[in-house]
Amino acid sequence: MTINVLPPALIMILGGLLVPLFKGRSRQAWLLLLPVVSFINLLQITDGSHWVFPFLSDQIVLARIDKLSLIFCYIFHLVAFLAALFALHVKDTVQNVAGTVYAGAAIGAVCAGDMFTLFVFWELLTISATFLILARRTERALGAGFRYFMVHVAGGLCLLAGIIMQVQQTGSAAFDLIGLGTTASWLIFIGIGVNCAWPMLHPWLSDAYPEATITGTVFLSAFTTKTAVYALARAFPGTEELIFIGAAMAAFPIFYAVIENDLRRVLAYSLINQVGFMVVGIGIGTALSINGAIAHAFNDVLFKGLLFMSMGAVMYRTGKINATDLGGLYKSMPWSCAFCIVGAASISAFPLFSGFVSKSMVMEAAAHGDLRWVWFILLFASAGVFHHAGIKIPFFAFFSHDSGLRCKEAPPHMLLAMGASALLCILIGTFPQYLYNLLPYATDYQPYTVSHVLAQTQLLFFSALAFTLLLLAGIYPPEIRSINLDADWFYRKGGRLVFRFCQSTFDGLNAWANRIFAQQLPSALSRFFADPGGNIQNYGLRLWAEATGHPDHEGRHAQIISRRNRHSAYPVGIGVLLAVLLLALVSLLLYLR
Amino acid sequence: MSKHPPKVDEKPGMFDNPRNVKRLLYTFYGCVVLLLLVDLVYHKHTIFAWEGAFAFYSVYGFVACVILVIVAKYILRPLVMRKEDHYDD
Repeated sequence: MTINVLPPALIMILGGLLVPLFKGRSRQAWLLLLPVVSFINLLQITDGSHWVFPFLSDQIVLARIDKLSLIFCYIFHLVAFLAALFALHVKDTVQNVAGTVYAGAAIGAVCAGDMFTLFVFWELLTISATFLILARRTERALGAGFRYFMVHVAGGLCLLAGIIMQVQQTGSAAFDLIGLGTTASWLIFIGIGVNCAWPMLHPWLSDAYPEATITGTVFLSAFTTKTAVYALARAFPGTEELIFIGAAMAAFPIFYAVIENDLRRVLAYSLINQVGFMVVGIGIGTALSINGAIAHAFNDVLFKGLLFMSMGAVMYRTGKINATDLGGLYKSMPWSCAFCIVGAASISAFPLFSGFVSKSMVMEAAAHGDLRWVWFILLFASAGVFHHAGIKIPFFAFFSHDSGLRCKEAPPHMLLAMGASALLCILIGTFPQYLYNLLPYATDYQPYTVSHVLAQTQLLFFSALAFTLLLLAGIYPPEIRSINLDADWFYRKGGRLVFRFCQSTFDGLNAWANRIFAQQLPSALSRFFADPGGNIQNYGLRLWAEATGHPDHEGRHAQIISRRNRHSAYPVGIGVLLAVLLLALVSLLLYLR
Repeated sequence: MSKHPPKVDEKPGMFDNPRNVKRLLYTFYGCVVLLLLVDLVYHKHTIFAWEGAFAFYSVYGFVACVILVIVAKYILRPLVMRKEDHYDD
């Protein structure tokens, strides 16, 4: 390690914070330069642990470089550059800073050698991502951003609790294989699961990503979930629970994606679906399956980024993103359309496109493990993803009915970013060996066998046939302006219920306390103490009159008392009265004792 | 394919001509039939036995997508679809 080399995340994070110092063209250059410089710096770092500092009874490891962390570093740098290029027109300082810091935090998290460092970068991810959502500056984005923040803070606290317990029990903060078992490991597991968008923990993703800014979503789609995939691959490979969680993730979002109108939300659901494949791969835990999971994460960052970019370009030019408002844009935006189709082919795992060479590794690993039901579910999800992401996205945006929208093609920097991503998708799909060489386990996996190519092509073409026939027959669900309830209903409506419950109980309690202690009691006391002697006499008199049954006496005596009052004929002040009462009480108590 | 006729001063797009759409569809149907026929000739090397059965992937892909759409449209949509302003109160 030479003295010139910096910790891997430092350049992006510090550089991101310095963005406000630059204006105009120099800022654009700075934003593009940061990932490049950071990448060159990364290449100088040798394998092993670096920047090790003592911390409490343990140590902090800022960079643990091995094949697993390196491949994530590579793809994060790559997508950070592509996303910065796509976002080159953005002058909003908040987005510029948040995007760069966010990428840096992800790089820091996958390099973290201990759990405390991991946690710090984990939280930095949450904070910077929240700004990318809030920067849209619409009321919906504000709500979605706050919900995003709350969910991730809760997940982060769960993770922190797990980390502290784990360190207590094992005496080591090193972030390595943990495996399920103790409460601590479960807490870490679930904390990671929140970021990984597991079923029921997922709605932050489909809620917030479509509400973020046009370019923000491109950043968001790459980092948070993939960092979680990395953490699972590091700490929980071969955990059986992950197989079922992953299978559920791969299957359920496609149903939502079919009926969803907002095309970026369709992509958000398909993001969960793709992460499902990775989670299954990690759960199976063989060299092939983990390689497959990581290769798929690498590819997913590219093709999902590309798809979000193409939808972002459509949104940038037309201001619309709902399928009901779009259609026929292939004439106005032919290049964006072509790049979108490349992304769609990649996510659908068409032969010669990137998804094909990685998704099949997970499928084959499931088959080798004789996980029949999982295999069937994944095959269903493969057909389904083509259906909603592969066909629906390009079809409703660029073809379908002519929406009458006419716009300019996307600006050059967006086309460049999309073109580069599309090219990479095709290159990886055609020459997978370059990707395979980066994987943590050595592999001689061969995706291009006749059987495999044929099987996948048949699956996809007949999925497309189903789409075509259903559409022509009018059975395909028409796009409707609507929202679809998801698990976020529980906290969005549930949160309101809690609020109303608190409002009615605590506000009631407040009002009651206010009436009694702030109004009635002081006024009663002040009335009494205005004339304590007379009031006590009057009260005694009333009691006596009721007891004896001579109410006429009462009136007479009351007059006497009020006359004495007026003339201040009671020489005994309130202080003395209280003192006498106290003495009486004390002597009574002593007597009783 | 197009409900709105294009403006007169605009060059019509490839798919504004219904004949092109027909051509595309027939090419597609041709490919589908061809893929099915290949299964008669070529026997796949597979891990599970049923993968090698005639038209397994074709039938699975088709049926999976039909089920997906039917379930999404007739079961999920009535359950979860709400007006766009459902949460805005």
